[in-house]
Amino acid sequence: MKKKKMSIHRTALLMLVLAIGLAACGTSKDEPASTTEGGTTAASGDTIKVGILHSLSGTMSISEVSVKDAEMMAIEEINAKGGVLGKQIEPVIEDGASDWPTFAEKARKLLSEDKVATVFGGWTSASRKAMLPVFEELNGLLWYPVQYEGLESSPNIFYTGATTNQQIVPAVTWLLENRGKKFYLLGSDYVFPRTANKIIKEQLKAEGGELVGEEYTPLGHTDYSTIITKIKEAKPDVVFNTLNGDSNVAFFKQLKDAGITSKDLTTLSVSVAEEEIRGIGADVLTGHLAAWNYYETTDTPQNKTFVENYKKKYGNDRVTADPIEAGYDAVYLWAAAVEKAGATDVVKVKEAAKGLEWDAPEGKVKIDGETQHLYKTVRIGEVQSGGMFKELWNSGDPVKPDPYLKGYTWAATLSAGN
Amino acid sequence: MAIYVTQLFNGLSVSSILLLIALGLAITFGLMNVINMAHGELIMIGAYATYVTQNMFKSALPASMFDYYYILAIPVSFAIAFLFGWLLELSLIRHLYGRPLDSLLATWGVGLALQQLARSIFGAPNVGVTSPSWLDGGLTIMEGVVLPYKRLFIIGLVIVCLLAMYFYIYRSRAGRNMRAVMQNRDMAACLGISTRRVDAVTFAIGSGIAGIAGCALTLIGPIGPSLGTYYIVDAFMVVVLGGVGKLVGTLFGALGIGMTNTLFEYWTNASLGKVLVFVCIVAFLQWRPKGFVAMRTRSLD
Repeated sequence: MKKKKMSIHRTALLMLVLAIGLAACGTSKDEPASTTEGGTTAASGDTIKVGILHSLSGTMSISEVSVKDAEMMAIEEINAKGGVLGKQIEPVIEDGASDWPTFAEKARKLLSEDKVATVFGGWTSASRKAMLPVFEELNGLLWYPVQYEGLESSPNIFYTGATTNQQIVPAVTWLLENRGKKFYLLGSDYVFPRTANKIIKEQLKAEGGELVGEEYTPLGHTDYSTIITKIKEAKPDVVFNTLNGDSNVAFFKQLKDAGITSKDLTTLSVSVAEEEIRGIGADVLTGHLAAWNYYETTDTPQNKTFVENYKKKYGNDRVTADPIEAGYDAVYLWAAAVEKAGATDVVKVKEAAKGLEWDAPEGKVKIDGETQHLYKTVRIGEVQSGGMFKELWNSGDPVKPDPYLKGYTWAATLSAGN
Repeated sequence: MAIYVTQLFNGLSVSSILLLIALGLAITFGLMNVINMAHGELIMIGAYATYVTQNMFKSALPASMFDYYYILAIPVSFAIAFLFGWLLELSLIRHLYGRPLDSLLATWGVGLALQQLARSIFGAPNVGVTSPSWLDGGLTIMEGVVLPYKRLFIIGLVIVCLLAMYFYIYRSRAGRNMRAVMQNRDMAACLGISTRRVDAVTFAIGSGIAGIAGCALTLIGPIGPSLGTYYIVDAFMVVVLGGVGKLVGTLFGALGIGMTNTLFEYWTNASLGKVLVFVCIVAFLQWRPKGFVAMRTRSLD
């Protein structure tokens, strides 16, 4: 008898736990919709659904959560002004979980089950490559917000981050003209650094630079003492740094300890932005360079409002950075294209997007109809002691995107090889 | 010449870091035979303890005192990791003695849980720890050879830890009890030693030393939730290569891996260097399966 009673208690407890669990799941799922809809009914006739697909868990969440935040902010701003085509935008948020097959699976779910008008998402090239066939097969539309290695142009993707001729190639030219001819290439051992360095090596040959060393370290490598010795031996003018993630922290801390400052050696990084500086420590990075299209300090009226709103919404200790801004741009560009087309239909939106211009926080951007990349201004910045960048140089006008580097004769062998 | 001296020092420095991260494991894995996959996360706890100490100094004390935070951070890291180790032993490890595969899975799970805990408390991005100014710069011993104070400090810290552990294990009463329990549990229990207490303290000390390692790593590396995963494989490698169960073996293991790794990395590159080191370790273990220093005891068989 006693035994039976206990098992009933247990069952009851189990049910209670299950119920609480389910309730918790339910509320967290509803949250984004209820916060953004602001009173309107969920009937699909009044809203336009869009997908947001970033890694909200796992290793890549470090970077991608901020981009999601910027995209949500853009959607709220547009909704507050009346939405698009008189309808409110309703975001459907999915977690790519830093796992590339999950990105493909969630993209398929967003397109075929939720029937979203477009998707904003991705960070790593691997996640983009995983989603690409899904978007091409179902004729969906993806807005990808991160600088990448180029050599791609899918009809179903809009690239709002920089391609190589808007970041790496002009940076190398600037370094050759201002800092010296001898280059040392240091990168993490995976696709992006190796592709980027292949391009840089061709460019150095063509523009009179000299390669004095090239090193790749495994992702997560933490001891750079030997590599610093090698750099000292090779005596380069410039270290072009394509290290990714935590390795940057170890490299720059140990470089400083070895007695090498930015006065002795120029380094230029393409994966270190405002967010990364906080984790490395501004005192360690002061004086080192980076190449991007946008900095939190970029001086435009649009950027002032953007930074103010972002900090007001997510906290004063948060910083904005290039990919965050590119994600924000993507939402506004899509909304503008939809307004212009008068419909959310993919073919019409793509047609309307051609040549579309917008005053982004980084300055004027324009969609190039042929490649579906953006015209973007290139900026080289120097890290200041407060952890922000000071712009040393910019390209003046926005640079036309050239993902296959067709405009550069020295790059002819590259695209043939791919 | 300058290059050889620098590389020799780099080898020593890498060895000292390896030794520091492996010392705690030499106790929990080497002496207690617990395959502790959460060792890396105990290192991470030490690193975050240093971060918190730094922040407390920044907010509560005048700026002139800031440089001394690091001296306090070492015992604080030890204490907090010690506490976590104690709780872990009490709640989980205790029930898994003699079941190495179960303890492997359980501690791996604990490791994941601790990583997520760190992510929830401190956020996913790395946090910055400013090293004290008295560790900035380096000692110039000859033209072109600079020995960074931070690396010298870590070498010193390892020597202190090693000596302290040696005296504790081989020269103190508590250490004698510990060795007795590890070598023959039943006999030790018969002679009136509380084996449960000894187990708990031993595991906690191993964890505490991992905490000190975490504190030292804030000087030269990243501080984030996944910090532990970068070091866990190396730590196991050092203990296995050195010979499970002997402190002096761990010392040789760390020196062996650190020196060869630096050498190979200099000759080839970082990725290939690591591969060559692994090849050497596998070959060496084929030749001497018990590592550098084999423990001669019946209880281990």
